[in-house]
Amino acid sequence: MGEFRFHQDADGIVTVTMDMDGPVNTMSEAFWPLYSGTIARLEATEGLTGVIWTSAKDTFFAGGDLNMLRSVGPDDVERMFGAVERVKALMRRHERLGVPTVAAINGAALGGGLELCLACNRRIAADNPKTKIGLPEVTLGLLPGGGGVVRLTWLLGLEAAMPYLLEGRQVSPDKAQETGIVHEVVPADRLLSRAKEWILSVRGDAAAATQPWDMKGYRIPGGPSTSPRNMTRIAGAAAMLYRKTRGLLPAPVHILDTMTEAAGKVDFDTATRYESRRFVSLLPRTETRNMISTLFFDMNKVRGGASRPKDVPPAQVRRLGILGAGMMGHGIAFSAAMAGIEVVLKDISPDAARRGRDRVADLLDRRVEKGRMTPDARNAVLAHITPTDRAEDLRGCDLIIEAVPERIEVKDAVLREHEELLAEGGFWGSNTSTLPITRLAQKARRPENFIGLHFFSPVDRMPLLEIVLGEKTGDETLARAFDFARQIGKTPIVVNDGTGFYTSRTIGTKMIEAVQLVAEGHDPVRVENLTRALGMPTGMLALLDEVQIKLVNEIHDTQVKMGLLDPAKEPNPEARALLAEMVETHGRTGKAAGKGFYDYGPEGRTIWPGLAAWRDANATIPDEDIKDRILFRAVLESLRCLEESVLRSVAEGNVGSILGIGAPVWTGGYIQFVNTFGLQRSLNRCDELASKYGNRFAPPEILKRHAAENRPFT
Amino acid sequence: MATPACIFDAIRTPRSRGKPDGALHEVKPVQLAAGLLRELQARHDLDTARVDDVILGCVDPVGDQGACIAKAAAQAAHWDESVPGVQLDRFCASGLEAVNMAAAKIGSGQQDLVVAGGVESMSRVPMLSAGGAMFTDPDFVIDQLSVPQGIGADLIATLDGYSREEVDAFAVESHRRAARARDSGWFDRSVVPVRDENGIVILERDDFIKPDTDMQKLAALRPSFAQMGAYGYDDMALAKYPQVERIRHVHTPGNSSGIVDGASAVLIGSERVGRELGLTPRARILAATVIATDPVIMLTGPGPAAKKCLARAGLTVDDIDIWEINEAFASVALRYMRDLGLEHAVTNVNGGAIAMGHPLGATGGMLISIALDELERRGGRRAMISLCVGGGMGISTLIERV
Repeated sequence: MGEFRFHQDADGIVTVTMDMDGPVNTMSEAFWPLYSGTIARLEATEGLTGVIWTSAKDTFFAGGDLNMLRSVGPDDVERMFGAVERVKALMRRHERLGVPTVAAINGAALGGGLELCLACNRRIAADNPKTKIGLPEVTLGLLPGGGGVVRLTWLLGLEAAMPYLLEGRQVSPDKAQETGIVHEVVPADRLLSRAKEWILSVRGDAAAATQPWDMKGYRIPGGPSTSPRNMTRIAGAAAMLYRKTRGLLPAPVHILDTMTEAAGKVDFDTATRYESRRFVSLLPRTETRNMISTLFFDMNKVRGGASRPKDVPPAQVRRLGILGAGMMGHGIAFSAAMAGIEVVLKDISPDAARRGRDRVADLLDRRVEKGRMTPDARNAVLAHITPTDRAEDLRGCDLIIEAVPERIEVKDAVLREHEELLAEGGFWGSNTSTLPITRLAQKARRPENFIGLHFFSPVDRMPLLEIVLGEKTGDETLARAFDFARQIGKTPIVVNDGTGFYTSRTIGTKMIEAVQLVAEGHDPVRVENLTRALGMPTGMLALLDEVQIKLVNEIHDTQVKMGLLDPAKEPNPEARALLAEMVETHGRTGKAAGKGFYDYGPEGRTIWPGLAAWRDANATIPDEDIKDRILFRAVLESLRCLEESVLRSVAEGNVGSILGIGAPVWTGGYIQFVNTFGLQRSLNRCDELASKYGNRFAPPEILKRHAAENRPFT
Repeated sequence: MATPACIFDAIRTPRSRGKPDGALHEVKPVQLAAGLLRELQARHDLDTARVDDVILGCVDPVGDQGACIAKAAAQAAHWDESVPGVQLDRFCASGLEAVNMAAAKIGSGQQDLVVAGGVESMSRVPMLSAGGAMFTDPDFVIDQLSVPQGIGADLIATLDGYSREEVDAFAVESHRRAARARDSGWFDRSVVPVRDENGIVILERDDFIKPDTDMQKLAALRPSFAQMGAYGYDDMALAKYPQVERIRHVHTPGNSSGIVDGASAVLIGSERVGRELGLTPRARILAATVIATDPVIMLTGPGPAAKKCLARAGLTVDDIDIWEINEAFASVALRYMRDLGLEHAVTNVNGGAIAMGHPLGATGGMLISIALDELERRGGRRAMISLCVGGGMGISTLIERV
């Protein structure tokens, strides 16, 4: 359980030092007796003149107990409501002690941690810029149910509170002070003395011991939700939320609604009770359970190195060589240079290499314009990148990543030319998204040092790195690749080799299924809109245009030629034919040419009228089937990857599908989806789809097995 | 009426204090109303596409109650998109006007199945939020001698000679009757507990009733309208009533209707639609009237309205088993009984708005359910329901069990 240490000094000020069992303080079951005992003791303390809340840990307080929260079923909701209300009643007693209270924020105060701070009269933070302050609940499908929505709305006003509550923005102490979330930022060694100083300085000032919401005449900054200006703003925020969530994520809607109620529709105590109701209603929902499971637990497993060999000591890349300064190459250069790595960016001509660096400069300039970076920092990052056309400049790199065109002979050639330039013990990464690593490694002198490093476009924004193991890739290489991913701030999943690995293979199925629907005569506009209605960030036809239809065809042809794909077993021959005809007959190669499934003009994109040639007026299909065909293709392919051990863990499949290939967040990833949709229900739906639309929907053995054993995928 | 209008069901929310500390303050009015619509649907396995209209009374249709709350409630209940809705305002008669309008629509053959009732969250949208000429336009106020209702109530007491003791005694009895009815379960058929989105009960039964009300407690309360009258409203009223020397201010919060939150919904339709949907008629609406009297005293309309209603139905006072008069103020009920020659024993037999509160736009629909439940309980046949109304109007509805 741990303890809340209680110490009263000669001035009558009590310092409560929270020191729960485990590495952090959390709102676990142990919290209740500690907190209630402390509040009761404070109320009974004679000569109490002030209270300082602080922590014995590196962090202040970590927030809710997610393991407990994700186990709440529909039958537990009423009990949870009671429990939440009891904690909140304590927080009311906490903020109505009648003496000034200070949160001395020594480290991260997130979620329930910040809510505890908001129940104090004053928040003073230590000046560690790494300290994170915020309410990240929404990112896990939750809402800050410990008074966070109501108190922050009252404190900051509707508009200023929105990014913190609706997006879960986390900020440093400085930024928190700027916004008004904390009052002061002081050097860490001054934290407690400053807290005491403040309490002594407000002695006898009743207002200092009164929360804004308990102060008569307090007005919420920016006015109440009932003002005409705010009514318009709230309606606009609702529309923007819909655009972002497609109505698929309940948490931000509950938050915006609670903010609206809190800011002037009902009194403070009613608002916090309403907040509790809206909070507990989220707990048993599949969206919430999926998000907690994948975005917290799976993510921690993946980032924490579950797939990294344990016995290899950590290492850092100091000097990185990149072959090819195109779209992928310059993006990798950007990410590495941002992490302070020396980058040698090589292309076939000095101009081509320089253009790569210029594109990095463009990315940096945009950050400077937005105020997210200083010009000095920009110059320092750019100075890390050396463009060149000379192979010799790569000598001594501890990692070389090739990002050259997806043709086997080109890949073989650059490997032959550059492998010996690697520093002693250096390793080689291929950014291929489609060619087998084992095959590419055949030409390597040290195949154990060869690994797939599959980045996603645009590299500066996409957080995922798919690390692909060739047959001979060594543990040390894997460990170093993993460390490199973390060094540049990417989340790595580690997969085994196979055509299209995990991500390309899986995203390919849903793209081809969308094309198949068009080839069957269905309305492409409807297919695209229903895909987005699933919560995918973009329609599959638009995505094909982005990646270039021509390229997709070429990769397919290459894979056929290499014997990786058997055209006789092609599950979507009509779709393949359509793609071929698009490019070969109509020159619809993709977005780069301004001509793909869409026409691209100054007013944006519109579906190419020529697709009408494939329309069949007699073709009918329910909306649900369009959605499920696209969703289930990706789900089934993920399960097959698991079955074939391309995926080495469920967690990596879930995290990879959300971060890399547009799995809707509400699903918790393409494998977790099956757990909450229902194993047997998934199986039944597969059978239905298979009988209506073809064998590609037939359930794989692994799904049958799990359904028979009623065993979720974990 | 050409086509008799049947009442298939009449339900209401419990009522609670219409202030931030009231139990229903946290419930949005659209949800108060939608909850009743969902209940009607669930109770009767109702194909909502068959509902031709939802008519809800609401006296302050602004803020959370603005923008046609009746249509919003039908949508919030996820009723079929073919169901229209309309909000109406005839002051305190709004809920009963909704019922009468539904009866008229069915009687005329224009519509077959209508939900009528009302909603008022007085804690969220306080009285007078909608403003309006009648009480806030100085030109109108002076020209029309428009005084607050309470002045009118005190004027009735003065004219009729109701003492403070008499009006207080009426109030004590209202609480006693309401508490007995509630605690005996006589309201249980119609009162639908209000639940949150999790299904957790927010309010199960009326909690405004104070069963321990007695003469001593009431005597301690100060008159509500004396100060207001002294501002000049008394003089304005007396300009119309020169025979009165001065107004005796006998009404207090204890003998006036309570400010509460609540909603009501009555399912009304033709016999034919009832047969088609398997709905059993509980009562018929025999007649309905709305009239207007002197707007200055404002609250003397119910008696004349009820008389006219009886005449239209070809019935006499003796043909009616029980009477419901909205207890806006004690003197309003006493005047009604005097006008019609009624005993208190058959009037407001289960108490009224003094005990349970008066959620303005919703009350008319609530009185239908109270009268109907009581007719069934005692095996009676007919009930008259009346309310006093702003602007001197009065409204009455006569129902008969089938």
